[in-house]
Amino acid sequence: MPETKVLEPQKEEIEISEGTERTREGLCFIPRADIYELDDHLMIVADVPGADDKTIDIVLEKDVLTINALVDPVLPEGFSLAYAEYEVGDYTRSFKISSEIDREKISASIKNGVLRLRLPKAAAAKTRKISVIAS
Amino acid sequence: MYRRYHTPYHWREIDRLQQQMNRLYETAAPSRLRQAAGFPAMNIWSNNDGLKVTAEVPGVHPEDIDINVVGDTLTLTGERRPDDLKEGVQYHRQERGNGKFSRSIQLPYKVNIKKVEATFANGVLSVDLPRADEDKPRKIVVKNA
Repeated sequence: MPETKVLEPQKEEIEISEGTERTREGLCFIPRADIYELDDHLMIVADVPGADDKTIDIVLEKDVLTINALVDPVLPEGFSLAYAEYEVGDYTRSFKISSEIDREKISASIKNGVLRLRLPKAAAAKTRKISVIAS
Repeated sequence: MYRRYHTPYHWREIDRLQQQMNRLYETAAPSRLRQAAGFPAMNIWSNNDGLKVTAEVPGVHPEDIDINVVGDTLTLTGERRPDDLKEGVQYHRQERGNGKFSRSIQLPYKVNIKKVEATFANGVLSVDLPRADEDKPRKIVVKNA
């Protein structure tokens, strides 16, 4: 079991290379993610508070899997912001997928602001136990 | 005035340097956004009738969050539980934290504890705290004499 990390409150904003402009107004963050591997699949778990199944978009193009979540800041009606520690914005992050993943069977679910991507390994990549026959 | 004319030159130089540093920090991170002292980061919205405190707590089950109000202090405690994983799992990347958290924040005024309500959606907690009646600002009508 890996060491547990402490909970961090601040989100990391994306860095935009000089000369490039975002086509959407507002902020964009890089979601914190865990990637772990089990016998027959890989899991990508990402924190996307404020996003749901309707606002999240996952695209696989060639070897790159991209998560895009569009989160519009909600301003509570009749209230004004008195004190702020965090800002609300979109999320984006890309992952390079190795050839051992069965692309057709990638599935995703979202609950309580956490996105879970399940990437099953292709049959050939699964570990096979080869029995040795004594002759 | 006394200090200005009698402090040695290098002290004034340090003061000036500090002012420049402060200005630099201000441009790097706007002063409107404060660094959260712990998890979770919180925002406070207000109007004449009450407050709304929001916090981003992705992956925390609503039943694992405790909200407490004592006087004018709001305390959020809870726990984010790690995934239930089998032995032999191999981590390629681990950026998400887990464990217990607790944060207290002072509210700008007293709230009606009985009417505090909280909602939770998509990993975002929202706590409504109506202002205590005895603390509401009173409008004083000016009468014609």
